[in-house]
Amino acid sequence: MSFFGKLTLESIPYHEPIIMVTLAVVGVIGLIIAALITKHQKWGVLWHDWLTSVDHKRLGIMYILLALVMLIRGFSDAIMMRTQQALATNGAAGYLPPEHYDQIFTAHGVIMIIFMAMPFMIGLMNLILPLQIGARDVAFPFLNNLSFWLTTSGAVLINISLGLGEFAKTGWVAYPPLSELAYSPGVGVDYYIWALQISGIGTTLTGVNFIATVLKMRAPGMKLMQMPIFTWTCTWANILIVASFPILTAVLGLLTLDRYLDFHFFTNDGGGNAMMYINLFWAWGHPEVYILILPAFGIFSEVISTFTSKRLFGYSSMVWASGAISILGFIVWLHHFFTMGSSANVNAFFGVMTMVIAVPTGVKLFNWLFTIYRGRLRITVPVLWTLGFMVTFTIGGMTGVLLAVPGADYVLHNSLFLIAHFHNTILGGAVFGYMAGFAFWFPKAMGFHLNERLGKASFWCWQVGFYVAFMPLYVLGFLGMTRRINHTDNPAWNFWIYFAAVGAFIILAGIILQFVQLYVSFRDREQNLDTTGDPWNGHTLEWSTSSPPQFYNFAKLPHVSDIDAFTDMKEKGQAYQREQTYQPIHMPKNTASGILIAACITAVGFAAIWHIWWLAIVGFAGAFVLFLVRAYDNDVDYYVQPDDVTRIENAHLDNVTANLTNVVRG
Amino acid sequence: MFIRKLSKAMLAAGALMLAGCEGGVLDPKGQVGMDEKHLIVVATLLMLIVVIPVIFMTLYFAWKYRDGRDHEIYAPKWAHSKTIEIVVWLIPIVIVIILGVITWDSTHKLDPYKPLEHDAKPITVQVVSLDWKWLFIYPEYGIASVNELAFPTNVPVNFKITSDTAMNSFFIPQLGSQIYSMAGMATKLHLIANEPGTFKGISANYSGAGFAGMKFNAIATPTADDFDAWVTKVKQQASTLDVEQYKQLAKKSENNPVQYFGSVQRGMFNYIVMQYMHPDSNMKSMGSMEGMEGMHDMGNMEGMDHAQHMQHMQHMKDMDAGQHSQHSTPSHSTTEPSSTVSGEAE
Repeated sequence: MSFFGKLTLESIPYHEPIIMVTLAVVGVIGLIIAALITKHQKWGVLWHDWLTSVDHKRLGIMYILLALVMLIRGFSDAIMMRTQQALATNGAAGYLPPEHYDQIFTAHGVIMIIFMAMPFMIGLMNLILPLQIGARDVAFPFLNNLSFWLTTSGAVLINISLGLGEFAKTGWVAYPPLSELAYSPGVGVDYYIWALQISGIGTTLTGVNFIATVLKMRAPGMKLMQMPIFTWTCTWANILIVASFPILTAVLGLLTLDRYLDFHFFTNDGGGNAMMYINLFWAWGHPEVYILILPAFGIFSEVISTFTSKRLFGYSSMVWASGAISILGFIVWLHHFFTMGSSANVNAFFGVMTMVIAVPTGVKLFNWLFTIYRGRLRITVPVLWTLGFMVTFTIGGMTGVLLAVPGADYVLHNSLFLIAHFHNTILGGAVFGYMAGFAFWFPKAMGFHLNERLGKASFWCWQVGFYVAFMPLYVLGFLGMTRRINHTDNPAWNFWIYFAAVGAFIILAGIILQFVQLYVSFRDREQNLDTTGDPWNGHTLEWSTSSPPQFYNFAKLPHVSDIDAFTDMKEKGQAYQREQTYQPIHMPKNTASGILIAACITAVGFAAIWHIWWLAIVGFAGAFVLFLVRAYDNDVDYYVQPDDVTRIENAHLDNVTANLTNVVRG
Repeated sequence: MFIRKLSKAMLAAGALMLAGCEGGVLDPKGQVGMDEKHLIVVATLLMLIVVIPVIFMTLYFAWKYRDGRDHEIYAPKWAHSKTIEIVVWLIPIVIVIILGVITWDSTHKLDPYKPLEHDAKPITVQVVSLDWKWLFIYPEYGIASVNELAFPTNVPVNFKITSDTAMNSFFIPQLGSQIYSMAGMATKLHLIANEPGTFKGISANYSGAGFAGMKFNAIATPTADDFDAWVTKVKQQASTLDVEQYKQLAKKSENNPVQYFGSVQRGMFNYIVMQYMHPDSNMKSMGSMEGMEGMHDMGNMEGMDHAQHMQHMQHMKDMDAGQHSQHSTPSHSTTEPSSTVSGEAE
């Protein structure tokens, strides 16, 4: 074994022009960003205020930035797949040979779920959840920082795979025996394993952190059944995270043993059983989709009740419906493989259990409807995303229940009908939710408004593009087209394949408009400042803070006696009160431990992928030493002095008083 | 006027969809597929009872209660109604109960493992997914074919399915259900064609680089005589599918042309399944696992219970040691097929 393990100069895909051009573009963009930071002398700010920050709001913003970057990557994969399929009809080969195409659909799935949707969701949760429960930070701020960097570490590994070696050619589920050494001898599956393993551990830690936060750090007076609905749905998602992510960790661990130490858990020979992996994978994978969708449900609830200027209809129904979805989400995993040949009783049980999930989900839809009923709905960008969701997701739910009928699944399994279904729910459900949340909380996080016109234009492109791109896939599924095929030879499919490709470009326009919106809004930020901290006349505590919130969130912890805590305070005239004296505020210090530990873990992952064992040992030892140093460090906190608090609060409250007349009062 | 235009447009779209659906799962040519299509239609209509009102209410409420319509009632604190809560829980529950009953019933009726009720005597086809082609063995005729499957119309076909590579899924969309093919075990599927024709067959589970080309034609011959003619045609091929030939065939290849084997070494399918079984591996724990019922009746071992199965394996091992040790490879337990070329079973 050489010094660099399996890594040689040949590992760089020189012969792939698409990859080389991509790498060059990424390199140039990276240099431009670095040059800009240098020019404005912001390296210090970047390091001290962001990369080492333990502030949940900044981590939230960094998570969302990561999600947006990975959205570009994942969407590039998507549009390459759509164009490849459009060019490779009637037996044509297209421009992507199988060894490249197969990496692309695998990367698309992994990136969109693990490195786009998850960071987006966790980012919004980081940003808002502590504010909603009136806390100054999460329970374990340093752990939160470490979680973020572990997630980033996974994202870094998956991006390295683009320029060094290859990514998995197995589909995002990496089913053995295909993902075993016998059929995938390259480093692709190893990139998959280590990227998911490292980020998965970060996610598990996030789940633990936020459950502790919600249980122990709620504002005085806030009962569990008074927590804002977004906090509740996040809490259910976190419970699912701590219950399901360890299964992923374990099953990836078993696959690692198979690939590295010649174990036979899932191999064809030696008594292995691939179905064991498939069961365990979906025992994580199915709860995972509810982890993605539940917080989105919470966002829709917040958006609808805020913009109808009305209380949420059926709050406790909503909480329990979310809980029911979480629990049921754990006993339906087998519906992902009705076709493995289980007995009719087993298939029927899992089919019916899956349908039962439609009940609490249906209840949620009705509750949103009755929240709009007799309200005053302001048609803003977040509301458009919500209405788009309610229509789109209903269709996705219906096709989901159809797939839950084993007799229907026997012909629709693995077809493009399935692809259309889960994009209908994950995109039309979860991602629309994050977009709504993004537009809704953007002023809170950044202190200025997003451009409304561009936001609406972007929404319409996404919405129309979604239907144009995915409705044809339902038809193609009925026509017998299966997923993950590199080229086709069936004239009956052609029209629908072209149709879907057009849809992908409409969505592309939506994404471009979103980035234009970000740029324009940033450019015009001075004219669109959110001076009061309460731009939408919000119900919950995050709106009682300034925009962006002070680093300590609340100068004085609020006392809560209602679900809509801030509305309650405004009605009682207790909002925006000046305090005579403030107590010193206990705050955590920023630390470089998180990013350094994650850097070492990234090295471990990289070393394991390429079998560079000395580097793995060095990386692991480095991470362990850094952890010890952090564990024995007693200089981790400080107090914000009352004088400083008074100064900051008065400046904010002066601002509020000057601008409050402009605010529409509910 | 608008409604008329809309219905016209919908009709046109519907016609386009139906025309476009030719050759897919909504254009079934066999009983299983027809039942499944019926099930899809019934379930969809049932769900539309909720889905259409929800979509309509979403748009209607959003329009009716939009900001600025001050003549509409505004009730900012109204957030609870027992009646509405009961109704919104009950409607989905009722629909799901009806759908649940349909599901339970149809899942048992359409169980791919259940032999079809039919007067005609079924024929057996053993299916092997390879990298990247399909091998079909006809044990009753002692023949085999690659990427072409033939059987008479109106005769049930009993498929025994395995894989000698990654997992695939054996699927003829116009005939109905699909079932995974997995190495080291045999799964089952029962289909029938009620109309003659040539139907596209695919793998519906991604299995690597040549996956897209893993296609075959499933030919339902109009009469039994036509099928016999096909069998005769295959038999005229001099090539024999023995272990040697099989190992050649199992090597990676893409977009394979149709290939016939006029004779097949007896027990070929068992050999393919059993090569992944260590003779001393713990069959008990594996056999009891959900989803692996197929293990109990690989190939012609149908109806054996576990003890018999173990005995059988021992027997095959002895046979292997006694007669065919020259074929043994050290890494696999090779239960080689008997060398008798079976052509007389017809």
